[in-house]
Amino acid sequence: MSVTSTGLFYVFATVLLIAAFRVITARNPVHAVLYLVLTFFQAAMIWMLLKAEFLAIALVLVYVGAVMVLFLFVVMMMDINIESLRVGFWTHFRSAAAIGVAIALEMAAVLLGGFRSAHPVAVAGMPGAPAQSNTAELGTMLFTHYIYPLEVAAAILLVAMFAAIALTLRARKDSKYVSPTDQVRVRARDRMTVMKMQATMDAPPAQSSGEAQA
Amino acid sequence: MTLTLGHFLSLGAMLFALSVVGIFLNRRNLIVLLMAIELMLLAVNTNFVAFSYFLHDMHGQIFVFFILTVAAAESAIGLAILVLLFRNKSSISVDELNTLKG
Repeated sequence: MSVTSTGLFYVFATVLLIAAFRVITARNPVHAVLYLVLTFFQAAMIWMLLKAEFLAIALVLVYVGAVMVLFLFVVMMMDINIESLRVGFWTHFRSAAAIGVAIALEMAAVLLGGFRSAHPVAVAGMPGAPAQSNTAELGTMLFTHYIYPLEVAAAILLVAMFAAIALTLRARKDSKYVSPTDQVRVRARDRMTVMKMQATMDAPPAQSSGEAQA
Repeated sequence: MTLTLGHFLSLGAMLFALSVVGIFLNRRNLIVLLMAIELMLLAVNTNFVAFSYFLHDMHGQIFVFFILTVAAAESAIGLAILVLLFRNKSSISVDELNTLKG
């Protein structure tokens, strides 16, 4: 990779880590969501450096455009008492920070030592630059080899939509409705009844004009 | 000073560690817990994309695609449960989630 992309990587990585840190420490949940948007955007830029254009754009569109807006809606909809949720926030900070630093340092020690290759591993039959664009390559693979998992993913999304609607649907207690069972069982005789009545009736006696004038 | 696979994997590891710390710190606030889980998935996805680039294998990106799908479904259902919880308890504190306790 060139010097430019190396510099860009460090810029993006720094902003990403700072934003992620602000996500977990922000006092206001709205600020946390906004920092999470920044985090996702930086991650999309890093994926762009790795020549995964389609996934980078999908991350911005799907996550920043849909999921984060959903988060923002939920956060703004709820009247959260932040102070009660932050009781004892810093009590476990020391042990949490120690565990986090240990995880990061150990993994970085192993990974930076173990994966020194600066250049992509040459695989037989795979030239350095792909013949097609990233999107075309991904689409070809997705709609040939992975068509069955793709259908399963679509079904999962459908089920998730049903679940979210069913969970949050609030049925009105005072709404009027007809039971479908009763509707199916109804017969014509129940709908209309023929009543016997006279064809002609005597008109009621008209009021006298003298009373009306008085 | 060129970028190696280790750089990207280390970035993913640091992001993952940060989200673990976030789960420790915000163990009462359910909405920040959901956000920390999203950060964890992002770290894992970054690893997948990095391996996909350095090994010249598109299957890693396919995996990321499916992880994004499942994560979107997960966050939608999680937020629906959160809304339901807030409607019933008027709070999103994890401490109050003890109605299933025997």
